[in-house]
Formats: sequence, structure tokens, C-alpha cells
Amino acid sequence: MSSSVNVSGSLRRRMALSLVIGVTVLTVLLFFIIRLYATQIAQQSQDSILRASVTSMLDAAAIRDGEVAMDIPYSSFSMLSTPEDDRIFYVIYQDGDLLSGYDNLALPEVHSDGSVVFRSINFMDAPVRQVSASRVLSGLNTPVLITASVAQTQDNLAVTLRQITRNAAIIVAGFFLLAMLFSVWATSTAIAPLERLTHSIARRGPADLSPVARPVPSEMVPLVSSLNNLMQRLSRSLDQSEDFIAEAAHRVRTPIATVRSHAETTLQRVDKEENRRALRAMIRAIDETSRAAGQLLDHAMITLRASQLSAEEIDLVELMQEMVRSLNPIAEMKDIELRFQFDSRVYINGDPILIQNAVRNLIDNALKYSPAESVITITVRKNPKPSIVVNDHGPGFLHDEKTGLTDRFARGRNSSGTIGSGLGLTIASDVASAHNGSLTMDNNKEGGACVTLSF
Amino acid sequence: MLATFVQAIDFEEERLFKGNAGTITIRVLSSTDISVFAPTITGFLNTNPELNVEYLVVGSADINTLIRQSPEQYDIVISSAMDLQLKLVNDGYALQVDTIIHPEWAQWRQSLYGFTLEPAGIVINKQHFSNIKAPTSRQEMIEVLRENPDTFKGKIATYDVRQSGLGYLFATQDARDSETYWRLMEIMGSLDAKLYCCSGEMIDDLSTGDMAIAYNVLTSYASARADVADEIQWILPSDFSNVMMRTVLVSKQTEHRKSAIAFVRYLTSLAVGNPTAKEFALPSLRNAATQGSVISLEPGLMIFLDRLKRRTFLNEWESAIIQ
Ligand SMILES: Nc1ncnc2c1ncn2[C@@H]1O[C@H](COP(=O)(O)OP(=O)(O)O)[C@@H](O)[C@H]1O
Repeated sequence: MSSSVNVSGSLRRRMALSLVIGVTVLTVLLFFIIRLYATQIAQQSQDSILRASVTSMLDAAAIRDGEVAMDIPYSSFSMLSTPEDDRIFYVIYQDGDLLSGYDNLALPEVHSDGSVVFRSINFMDAPVRQVSASRVLSGLNTPVLITASVAQTQDNLAVTLRQITRNAAIIVAGFFLLAMLFSVWATSTAIAPLERLTHSIARRGPADLSPVARPVPSEMVPLVSSLNNLMQRLSRSLDQSEDFIAEAAHRVRTPIATVRSHAETTLQRVDKEENRRALRAMIRAIDETSRAAGQLLDHAMITLRASQLSAEEIDLVELMQEMVRSLNPIAEMKDIELRFQFDSRVYINGDPILIQNAVRNLIDNALKYSPAESVITITVRKNPKPSIVVNDHGPGFLHDEKTGLTDRFARGRNSSGTIGSGLGLTIASDVASAHNGSLTMDNNKEGGACVTLSF
Repeated sequence: MLATFVQAIDFEEERLFKGNAGTITIRVLSSTDISVFAPTITGFLNTNPELNVEYLVVGSADINTLIRQSPEQYDIVISSAMDLQLKLVNDGYALQVDTIIHPEWAQWRQSLYGFTLEPAGIVINKQHFSNIKAPTSRQEMIEVLRENPDTFKGKIATYDVRQSGLGYLFATQDARDSETYWRLMEIMGSLDAKLYCCSGEMIDDLSTGDMAIAYNVLTSYASARADVADEIQWILPSDFSNVMMRTVLVSKQTEHRKSAIAFVRYLTSLAVGNPTAKEFALPSLRNAATQGSVISLEPGLMIFLDRLKRRTFLNEWESAIIQ
């Protein structure tokens, strides 16, 4: 009974995808932030050594014997020693005149307030970090301004940055992996209530139209409440239909029975053969009508119940035995013997009312088409499948007709002269398929029909 | 025009070493005497017969000037002035070679490779010390000189640091290490010390007895001179001694990059190995006579090349030794 559903995408995939994209974007961002931050710190540490170097140079400046002397300490340069052997350039000016150092190393604007100016430039084909500062010396007639500048290549910084980049990449990759695991976990946790709901609904019996009681996450409340609503409405409408059919059956049968009993009383009172014949035909027509109405209602009821089959364990043998017993009087009126036989107890899951209804229709047919003084055998079998077989000694089915007879209102050519609506086999076959079984019609070798209802 | 310019340079020594099938000639500018370096060059040409080596000797200060003037003229530079060499590298005159494996402490920027360890020491003429106990430290030398002014007046030799790059290097390192240096210079000055340009001449004058004691001489030169071994004796001061490395670099503008690198690789592999005297006449990096402190290849060396710093130092030195 599963119907196909139009699928558009997958919630899980959509969620996982947005998590993956989010995590990737975050990871890349994190990588660049770590790197930027580490680069700043690395640059700061180079800057602070450069500052110490230029300060120690300026501190060494002094006026001696009327001119500027500068006994630059060894440490001014040796503190700049790096594992990558970075190159060092420097220049010293006195009031704009070159005192010492690399004359082609350009100076930035430096104020004499003791502030230190950093900048990154290219010098001698290499990127360098340059620090410049100045200091006023008094002691001569006019104060002199000494400006010193030290520049260092950035090889060591580059190596440090490469290391930082590699470490950042490792950290970030770890973060990415963890975040991925987390997303997988988050996705399945988020989807889990939906799967639990699906599971609990799929597991219910067909007749179980009770509302979903287990708590659900708030996002699913609208879905579940409309589902509950739908099931409530469905359940109510099914109840109403059943009530209506029962009510209808009652309403139809009672007036027909009344009409029939009137007809019978009248028949007793009428003597004239002509009138009696007319009355008998009338009674037969009434019976036919009553039967047809009954079958119509049965058919409707079965269609209704088949969609919500209430499966319970039933003892087929007992069920059939009881039924055969109740039909015995009718058979006796026709001088037909109903014979019941079984090889073992057979239990199946099914709806007893529907099964009874189906088999009654089969036996009705057998009674209709059997000659008097014959035997109808009802057999309950366990193997190969649980089944009920009805055998009679009537004319049997016409070979070319077997397939279409289960259609609604279909009657065979051999049926002329018998009362019928063409619904009997339809009901039996509907009941069979509601139980995932089948109805097969065949003829016995020695003649007579053999109808098998198997589950 | 360049050729005539090159011709005009007055090299102290020059020689062309020919390989068996020599086609390419690499020019080596060096401050080391040909006699000391010849075995190494011969060994190199044996393994690289397709090369010739033109070996040109000048003083270390001249090397510095020549390279800065015409860096494209020379393929290899060898010098004992570590500070000048380091500054050449710093100023971008050296080729960075990634393929040479050398101890970290003996190289700078994979451009400058130290290949000898040579301590500076005291060298004496044995005759003058027949009655006097030879000094074993700077302090003892000061005492010996102070107690025997007549014996040593005019007989003390040392570098003229204004002329000699190596002398300047040793002097500045000495001055960094201890104040004793200045007291020694003062007493040497008061005894009319004679100033020399090179270790070789000091040893010559020591062996003849013209000089009695020399300070800050390369002991490797003294020990290499088998001819004067009976007259002189060298002493490493027990307080401290500076150990110099001869260094080699490949000129950045060399036209024979591969051959020049091959030469440096040959030289450095000798230096870290256990070369025989036939291959390598200088004390290698593994020689045992180096209990002193090796002058390290670091940017601090460049401080003493600063114009102001040098002026200050030389003023002080002159006022101590020239009285
Ligand atoms: N036991 C039987 N023997 C022979 N023919 C049968 C038998 N049962 C059913 N049929 C054939 O199948 C047709 C359809 O049967 P059914 O659906 O019960 O309708 P009806 O009301 O006509 O009996 C009948 O018209 C008849 O031709």
C-alpha cells in the first residue's frame, strides 16, 4: 500500500552542506587571523630588538674634543644576530651630514623628540625593516642633532612566518576535522526526532489513528499537529462511514423484509394459480434485491475495512466450522450436504469478519450452482499456504471466463437463471488481497468448481 | 680597458695553475701566500682537470677595495680579515650557495665559509730568553717587559693595525676581551715597539734576533716555518687567545658559478675533514691547537669597520703605542 513520494533534496544533506561550508569559511578565516596575529607579534619582536640597537647607538654618541665621537658598542650589532644570519645596514647623520654608515640608506622623517620611526622598505635588493631615531647633543656652541638608522633584512622573520604558517595550518586542520565530526554528529542529532517519528508512525497498525503522543521538538510541532489533525479527521470520517453503512443496511433490509413478509402472507391467501405465480416471482425479485443490497453494503464495508485491516490472530478451523454449521440449514433446504474438513489447526493474522464474509459468498455461489443431492466440500489447509478451498459438483467455470469474474458486477454466461449481482467473487478477491493473499478459481477434474482463498 | 686596469694592479704574488685539460680559468683573490695554498690548488685541479686557477695575492685591505671596485673580475675571495669578508657578504658581494654543507658556527649566510682555525699568540726569539722566563700570559708579558726594559727596548714587534686588516681584527677583539690589552700596548709603546704589516716579516726579524718578542702573531705561520724552528718558539697566552678563521666566498658576479662553487666545496670539505699536510698546509677546522675563543662570524664584527668607531679606536691605539 506504499505510495510513491516526490523527493526534493535531503534535509540531512542540506544541513551537512551548510555546516561544511560554514566550518570551511570559519577555518580559512581562523587560519588568516592566526597568521596575521602571529606575523604582528613576530614583527614586533624584530622591531623591539631594532629599537634597542638604534637606542644603544645613539647612547654612545658624545662630544669629545669639540667633535662628535661615537663609540658604538659591539652589542648594537651583535644583538641583531639571527639564526638566518640577517644582513644589517645602518647610517648616522649629524645635522644632515653623513657621519658614518651606508650613505644610500634613505632616512624617513624623524623628530628629535626621542620617538622611534619604523618602516619596511627595500634596500640592496632585499626587503628590510628600518628603524630610525635621533638625539640632540649639546656641549658645542650650538646643539647638534644626531640621527641614526638601522635596517635589517627579514630572512629570519620569513622563516618564523613559514613555521607559524605551518603550525597554524596544522592547528586549523585539526580544528576543521573536529568541526567536521561535530557537524556529522549535529546533523544526525537534529534529524533523529524526525526519524523517530517516521518510525513510530510506520510501525503502527493500520487501524491505529490515535494522535502522536511522544514529545517532539518545537519545530516539528506544526507538522505533527496537522498530522494528528488529519488522522483525527480520517478516523472520524471512517467511523462515520461505517456507521452510515450499518445504518443503511438496517434501513434497506427492514422495509424489504416487511415487503417480503407481506408478499408471503398474500401468497397464502391467494388461490388463483396465475396470481400465485406472479407473487412468487415477486418474492424472488425481493430476495434478489435484498441479496444484492446486502452484497453492495458488504462490498462497501470491505473496501472500507481493507484499508485499515484490523489484524488479530484467528483460528481458521474454528471460524469455518462455525460458519458451515450456521449455513447448514440453508443447504439442507436445497438437499445439499456441506462437508467440512481440515488437516491441522491453522492460525493466521486477519480480520475474521472479512474472512467470514468472503467464504460465505463462496459457499453461496457453490449452493447456487450445485445441483440438488450433491456435496460441497469446505477444506482448511495449512500447506503450502494457509487456505480455504470450496469444492462443488456444479457446472464449474467456463474456461474463457475465469479471469474477468472477479470484476465488479461481472457475471458468467452460466449464471442465467440464478439470482446474483456479480459481486460475490469481487468481495472474496478484495478480502484476499487485503490479507496479501489471492483468490484462484479452477475446475475439478471430475467436474465442479474449486475456489481457493489463500493467505 | 678593463684588461689594462687589471694589469695596473700590483699583486704581491700571482701564478696561473693549469689543469691537465684546463679551459675555464677561475680567478682567486687571496691574502694567503702562494706557497701555503699551492698544494690545495694542485689537489683541486687533479680532481677538476678542466679548470685553471689564477691565484692572486694582495693584502686583506686591498682585497676589500678591489672587490668593491670590480666584483666581476674575481670568482673567489679568500681573506684572513673576517670582519671585511663579513661586510662584503652583508653588502651583497657574495653568492649564496645552498648546496654546501658546513658547520653552522663556521659560516655566515651560506655565503662565507671559515676553513681554518688559527690562534694569535706570542712568538719569542729563544736566545733573548735564555736568562729570562718566557711569559705565558699577557700579564706575565707586561711584567717581563717592565722588569727588563733594556733588553727589550726596540725589540718588540707587533702589527701596525692601521695597515693590517688582520692586526686590526686581533687588536679590536683583544680590546673587547680585556683591559690588559691597553696596558700591554702602553708598555710596548714606551719600549719603542716596531710595527709590521705582516706576520711573515715579524717572524723573519725574530729568527735573525733583530726582534726578541712579537705579540699577536699568527702561530700557524710560526709553526709552519720549519727553517727557523730552532730560533723561535710560539706561546698561546693562557688567559685567552683569539682564534681567527680564514674565510672564502664566491663573488656574486662570477661568470663561472659552478666551477667556483666546486672550488669552495673542495676547500670546505678539506677543512672539516682530516687533511694531510700535502693537501692542506693550514690548520683545519678540526685541529686540536685551538683552546682559544674562535672569533665568531656575526654582524657584531662590522662594528669596528664603522668610520667613527675605527677613528676612536685608532686614536686610542696610537696614543698608547706611539709616544
Ligand atoms: N461455484 C460456481 N460454479 C460455477 N460458476 C460459478 C461459481 N461461482 C461463481 N461462478 C461464476 O462466476 C460469476 C460471478 O460470480 P459472483 O461474483 O459470485 O456473482 P453472481 O452473483 O453472479 O454469483 C457467476 O456469474 C458465475 O458465472
